[in-house]
Amino acid sequence: MKTISLYFEIHQPIHLKRYRFFDIGTDHYYYDDYENERVTQETAERSYLPALRTLLDMTLQYGKGFKVAFSISGVSLEQLEQYAPEVLDVLQQLNETGCVEFLAEPYSHGLSSLGNVENFQAELKRQAKKMKQLFGHTPKVVRNSSLIYNDEIGSIVSEMGFKGMMVEGAKHILGWKSPHYVYSCAQDARLSLLLRDYKLSDDISLRFNDASWSEYPLMADKYIGWIQALPQEESVVNIMMELSALGIYQPLESHVLDFLRALPSIAPDEVQFATPSEVIAKNRPVGPLEVSYPVSWNDEERDTSSVLGNNLQREAFNKLYDEKIVGRIMACRDRRIQQDWDRLQATDNFRFMTTKNNGIGVYRGIYENEYDAFTNYMNILGDFLKRVKDLYSDAVENDELNSLYTQIANMGNELNVKENEISRLRARLEKYEPKEDKEKEKASPAKKKTARKK
Amino acid sequence: MKVLMFGWEFPPKIYGGLAVASYGITKGLSLQGDVETTFCMPRPTGEEEKFLKIINMSQVPVVWRDVNYDWIRDRFVGHTAEDYFRFRDHLYADFNYLQGLDDLGCIGFAGGYPGNLHEEINNFSIIAGVLARSEQFDMIHAHDWLTYPAGVHAKMVSGKPLCIHVHATDFDRSRGKVNPTVYSIEKNGMDHADCIMCVSELTRQTVINQYHQDPRKCVAMHNAVYPLSDEIKSIEPHKNPDEKVVTYLGRITMQKGPEYFIEAAKRVLDRTHNIRFCFAGSGDMMHAMIDLAAAYGIADRCHFPGFQRGKQVYECYKNSDVFVMPSVSEPFGIAPLEAMQCGCPCVISKQSGCGEILRNVIKVDYWDIDAMANAIYSICTNDALHRYLSEEGIKEVEQITWEKVGLRIRECYNQLISRGWFDNGDYLQAVKDIK
Repeated sequence: MKTISLYFEIHQPIHLKRYRFFDIGTDHYYYDDYENERVTQETAERSYLPALRTLLDMTLQYGKGFKVAFSISGVSLEQLEQYAPEVLDVLQQLNETGCVEFLAEPYSHGLSSLGNVENFQAELKRQAKKMKQLFGHTPKVVRNSSLIYNDEIGSIVSEMGFKGMMVEGAKHILGWKSPHYVYSCAQDARLSLLLRDYKLSDDISLRFNDASWSEYPLMADKYIGWIQALPQEESVVNIMMELSALGIYQPLESHVLDFLRALPSIAPDEVQFATPSEVIAKNRPVGPLEVSYPVSWNDEERDTSSVLGNNLQREAFNKLYDEKIVGRIMACRDRRIQQDWDRLQATDNFRFMTTKNNGIGVYRGIYENEYDAFTNYMNILGDFLKRVKDLYSDAVENDELNSLYTQIANMGNELNVKENEISRLRARLEKYEPKEDKEKEKASPAKKKTARKK
Repeated sequence: MKVLMFGWEFPPKIYGGLAVASYGITKGLSLQGDVETTFCMPRPTGEEEKFLKIINMSQVPVVWRDVNYDWIRDRFVGHTAEDYFRFRDHLYADFNYLQGLDDLGCIGFAGGYPGNLHEEINNFSIIAGVLARSEQFDMIHAHDWLTYPAGVHAKMVSGKPLCIHVHATDFDRSRGKVNPTVYSIEKNGMDHADCIMCVSELTRQTVINQYHQDPRKCVAMHNAVYPLSDEIKSIEPHKNPDEKVVTYLGRITMQKGPEYFIEAAKRVLDRTHNIRFCFAGSGDMMHAMIDLAAAYGIADRCHFPGFQRGKQVYECYKNSDVFVMPSVSEPFGIAPLEAMQCGCPCVISKQSGCGEILRNVIKVDYWDIDAMANAIYSICTNDALHRYLSEEGIKEVEQITWEKVGLRIRECYNQLISRGWFDNGDYLQAVKDIK
């Protein structure tokens, strides 16, 4: 018996605009709207819509025989709402079939899991709330940006009540172990870990259309054959990729969607599809998996070197997650600052600054090279940090700020309570008032009332 | 293998980048052991390094004079009296009509770039005829357009393959308004050459498109730098922690784009006050630049220390936080490599040939003063970027050596000598392992 758990990430970088240092302090809008609109619409048209429609057809055709999971970053969700709302319609339709699970992830698709724990928790909560609003279910499983995971992140997530988490099935953390089991977090056994089978995932997302690959062309029966050929006990196969792999990295002409469509029909009875939650419910963890250093699904090294590998990236990261700054941002209620904070955190900003040679070329968005990316980002960050610092006097410590805010919140609560009381009393009063009017008209019933009141 | 090389400059007497490049190339070739270079130049000082044979063109006879060996023995700088008599045995025409012949029958050269440059170029090529008849060699290598006629002449006489080295073209020097005489000399040299070595792909494209040369015989041969001497390494930088210094170093002429540097400086100084701009060098646009700085009201932050030589250049790099080379058209530009050796981050224009082999520099279009100002500001304010560019730059530039350039040039020679013609495609295939 094999269970395939299919998961797609929906996230697109938010492109920052060309921001010179003269703009610092004068221009507080950081985004390249044209590029964002173009990229979002293009991705929706070439990848998201056709892929999601295919998945929708499959769920309709196979009913409960086909399951799939998604996670959508909060920032991308905002982009889709603005530029390609039809994608959300299809997601809603998918959701109505009941064969789909939505996962939680940090709202900003950022590195807060490594930078600031409180912010990380807040982001997960926000994202989970948003998912609940849109799709009616609170996510039970978490996937961190770029599948970044280590034991500490695992225990934080578990503390928050999540049941499971997606982890890259990297060789250096698994060693001789197989990714085809459910493991538990080494620091908190309540959290189940689902490990991505990078070979089977990359076969689709990276190599499907590669004519020089020895397995080209990949057919559904061959693929299912590989899964069937796994040893008897290895029962869980987690296939995770970006949704844009279908259509952008692997063009539609390569018939990757037809391949996907054929998977459930080729699959024999002992190969089933399940959502991550179902996998976790059915399979008990076989043992703890220790991960002391963060792993991710990026590059060959499967670590954080593509986002925090060089000094430029670390500098930007340290400036962004400065404790004082994060505290202030979390305390403030300025919506524009909150939105900029989300968008500036996105991992893409860091990936654009990589100096690694990963052999397949680096996508840098609007930037020419790593220095260009760094310079532009730091200019924007400079302006943003200045705005945050201007919010409160520098002398105020975050603790004071928080206590002030709690005080305000408490006072607000008190006021609310009192207001409720007043309105309650007023309502009660109103009950009597008309009767008092009547009292004037008919004296005798009024007497009765006053008597009763006594 | 014997190479007859024509050049105009050689250290220690340095007028510009040509001397440094000539030194590097000959040194790189000499390291291979079996290449014997004869370097012909107008007026050596006698203090040149001795790893190659130097011929003093001012002391090569073009007309017969009956002189006594003992009488003239000690008068030679560069080659010897024996060489003189051998040359005298190979006179080929009557040049008695020439002006300025001395008692040895030689034409004197002023050296450098005097007003009668065209006459000197012509004389240089007359003398080359004598050398080509008296010397034994397998290759002719001519540096820069001044020596192209000499190279062509030597090729006509000897029939040996001619390789010319394009350090710059007149299109770079004049921003497109070429001097027709210079152009014709350059074009003639290229037409006769069997192999055209250009100091960058940028120059190679100019040679192909503006001089209409066959792309197959043009090759991009990037320059390199010599490792710093201990004396230079030991220079202690003097840095004011509260102030940053941004440096321009080079001739202040149209080709180098100094006005863009001022424009960028103005933009940076509009926003910040702890940055100084140092304008090292001299040239015909220097006064115009001082005027411009004054007109923008930034003269108090712009400094013009004048022409820097020798060790001063390196002191300048070491004391700078950013080096800027805004050249409008720079065939190669060795200065950024030197700055990187000193750990100084560079901002260079995309129109600079050295950008083709450098990764850890910031490249902007020379006209994009906003981008240039942005890059300068960014390096000055972000220590991480400064540190990164500085450290990675040193590592990168260590890998760019004349020795490798020597190996590449050797490959060209081998092709030319073994089969008589040159093909850039075959060359690229052959040198892909020299990294």
